[in-house]
Amino acid sequence: MRLPRAFVGACLMLLLALPVLAPAFAVEPSEMLPDPALEARAREISRELRCVVCQNQSVDDSNAEVAHDIRRAVRERLVAGDSDSQVLDYMVARYGDYVLLKPPFRMRTLILWLGAPLVLLLGGLGIWRAALRRPPTAAPTPLSEEEKKKVEALLDSKEGVIPSEARDL
Amino acid sequence: MKSNRLLYLLPLLTLAILAGFFGWSLLSGRDPASIGSVMVGRPAPRLAAPALLPGQPALTDALLHSGKPVLVNFFASWCTPCLAEHPLLERLAKRDGITIIGIAWKNKPEEARAWLERLGNPFAQVGYDLDGKMALDWGLSGVPETFLIDAQGIVRLHFRAPLLEKDVNERIMPLLKAGS
Repeated sequence: MRLPRAFVGACLMLLLALPVLAPAFAVEPSEMLPDPALEARAREISRELRCVVCQNQSVDDSNAEVAHDIRRAVRERLVAGDSDSQVLDYMVARYGDYVLLKPPFRMRTLILWLGAPLVLLLGGLGIWRAALRRPPTAAPTPLSEEEKKKVEALLDSKEGVIPSEARDL
Repeated sequence: MKSNRLLYLLPLLTLAILAGFFGWSLLSGRDPASIGSVMVGRPAPRLAAPALLPGQPALTDALLHSGKPVLVNFFASWCTPCLAEHPLLERLAKRDGITIIGIAWKNKPEEARAWLERLGNPFAQVGYDLDGKMALDWGLSGVPETFLIDAQGIVRLHFRAPLLEKDVNERIMPLLKAGS
């Protein structure tokens, strides 16, 4: 079987592009834990932690020095037997709520969490009240004698042929 | 009809609230990029680092409980802002007699030593934290960062930037004077 040359070429190009397409992980092989279950938990936790020097990147994605240190500390805590939430608390104790990509629900973050639903609720309420207050639409006025005649002429005429006197309807 | 007319004021009200918020953001000196510090007001974290200079003892918690306030400064020879604040640290140590404890962060000891030899050493004692493990307990995000620990071993100030003349005059000195 002979493959068309263009097809072979396209496959080759795709093969060459593969390393570029693969997502670049910041986690270095030397950081990984031998236990796959613990490593999976560590990855999950690092995705919830915010890199403290890169504004909006998770510790799992960041190549920053501090992110590397935090990833290592997460794994050390897990090996020491901490639960996921204990590891998060450990980081919050050092870097504050800033280190969490998902802000906790507190008095200080009330507007953040409830602001958007509140605006939606108020807007919905406004639209609902406006809809209630609008007067019902008036009943349609009956056709005049002339209009009736034109309609009848239309209905009587053969399909697809419109009488000339009805064309301006 | 009356409530309808009030409704027309709503965009104006929204604009006023937004303008107020923006004005406050501009004038209050709030820095939304700042990650803040949870260390302030808490007992200083663990201090344990090997000595950088030969003949000096290792850094221990005892240094933070000597009965007088100290500054703890994280630096590195590869860090340009550290170079910028260095003369200020020299002045604080030599003219004002303030105890500064230095920690070289993620810095090869020989490079940190050469840096201090070249520029002068403002630190009463200096250690190094090659892998940044101890710095994590201090909530460090990079270098330079400076902490003011009071006589009781409580963190009073945490600067996540090179120290400026203004920081020294308006924040560090008043606290030191009040403490002594």
